[in-house]
Amino acid sequence: MSLAGGQRQLDIKITRKAFRTASGELREVLRDFSLVLDAGKIHALVGPSGYGKTTLLRIIIGLDRDFEGQVSLPPDTKIGMVFQEPRLLPWRNVRDNLRLVAPEAAEADLSRIAADLGIGEHLNYFPGELSLGLARRVALARAFAVEPNLLVLDEPFVSLDRPLAMRLGDELVTLVERKKLTTLLVTHDLDEAIRLADHIMLLGGRPAKIIADFNISCPRATMTAEHAAELKAEIGAIMAGASA
Amino acid sequence: MALRILSLVLLIAIWQVAAMLAASRVLPEPGAVVAVMLREAHSGALFFNLGITLARVIVSFGLAMVFGTLFGIAMGRNETFDRLGDPWLVVLLNLPALVIIVLAYIWMGLTDAAAILAVALNKLPNATVVIREGARSLDAGLEEMASVFAMPWSTRVKHVLLPQLAPYIAAATRTGLSIVWKIVLVVELLGRSNGVGFEIGTAFQLFDISLLLAYALPFVGIMLAIEAFIVQPFEHHVSRWRPKAA
Ligand SMILES: Nc1ncnc2c1ncn2[C@@H]1O[C@H](COP(=O)(O)OP(=O)(O)OP(=O)(O)O)[C@@H](O)[C@H]1O
Ligand SMILES: [Mg+2]
Repeated sequence: MSLAGGQRQLDIKITRKAFRTASGELREVLRDFSLVLDAGKIHALVGPSGYGKTTLLRIIIGLDRDFEGQVSLPPDTKIGMVFQEPRLLPWRNVRDNLRLVAPEAAEADLSRIAADLGIGEHLNYFPGELSLGLARRVALARAFAVEPNLLVLDEPFVSLDRPLAMRLGDELVTLVERKKLTTLLVTHDLDEAIRLADHIMLLGGRPAKIIADFNISCPRATMTAEHAAELKAEIGAIMAGASA
Repeated sequence: MALRILSLVLLIAIWQVAAMLAASRVLPEPGAVVAVMLREAHSGALFFNLGITLARVIVSFGLAMVFGTLFGIAMGRNETFDRLGDPWLVVLLNLPALVIIVLAYIWMGLTDAAAILAVALNKLPNATVVIREGARSLDAGLEEMASVFAMPWSTRVKHVLLPQLAPYIAAATRTGLSIVWKIVLVVELLGRSNGVGFEIGTAFQLFDISLLLAYALPFVGIMLAIEAFIVQPFEHHVSRWRPKAA
């Protein structure tokens, strides 16, 4: 059984996740939280700042094991991760940053990924010589380069201008559809979520849970502006209700 | 560069004038020192002694750096190791070099092993402290990135860990080399029968200042050359990724 085969869904159950703050008190971030990721689909997790989105991603990708609950990734899971910050190796140029996570990848594949994301000209640059937007694209390219079967993205398109964010979003969709990638995308941009995702999950409340879950039934390609606006109004109403 | 050469020429000129004025055995003229140097070079003794001292410097320095790096990383990253190792560090840091040297010779005999160990032990705590500082400031975000992308162990060491430690390793190398070669001379003086330190000891007994300088100066030259042609290019190489101010 493999994720890439498109059969397997991923269950995430977090009974409790709490941080001990510097002042010694316990702060619960997530409680009775559960999430199902369907194979080959894009899931957007939308929620306000500080509600535990990054915390949740860290638990899913195995960086944080200090929680109650269960996340079981199949043993053959290959994670492609885009952190909230680019996290590139400053002492290696862009090409090496891609190469080091994907030592077996063909040079042509790396070049193609770089070209698709518009960083083909920058392969010999060091990260310190890139703008933040370029660095984010390198981080995205790195996640693609490993040929993942689980793609996790923490607000990958912030600080990019709108047309570029749209273009990179399209690249993401193309890749996911071609490879049947299971994808979890964190964003606070509702338009982006509607445009890209198959499922939209709204995070709210303290401790946070999923307060609403939308299945976008109409395929991305046929999404019209009117339909998107309707969806947005509907979701916006729920979010307004939750925060009231 | 031209200014440096000028300053060096000036130094030699002052030496020449002072030697002529003093006209004494204890301050030979530069020419006399060069003559002794040539004599020793001709017999091969100069190169033999320089070589053997250099070998002792390299081996003891290498040992101190390798173990200092390992201990430094362990202590910088692990609270328990840090607590365990810290008192040892404090003791070693405060033990005079001479005490370590004499103890090593008494316990292990007048051997090269004792000599090298004594020098390495003198340098070790300093290297450990510097590398520990580096290990404490490692970027956790990059480490997480490496683990999520399942980078193999060797890649992590070579491309994630060592580049972060490189400035600290370079700093430890810089201070370390100059400490080590000075201690090596003392160790040779006290308990070896060859090497630059031993020759200097002989010159001291004979009151032969020309001989002393004929050994000391070339060795200083070699250490300066190592600094200029190996240490500095290494530092330059490991920091080449840093954006340069235009
Ligand atoms: N190491 C930590 N120690 C204590 N509290 C933490 C820690 N990490 C996160 N928190 C708290 O957990 C909550 C969720 O943080 P998290 O980073 O997951 O938010 P987020 O939803 O990703 O926000 P943003 O959109 O701003 O990135 C915050 O209230 C934060 O203060
Ligand atoms: Mg976050």
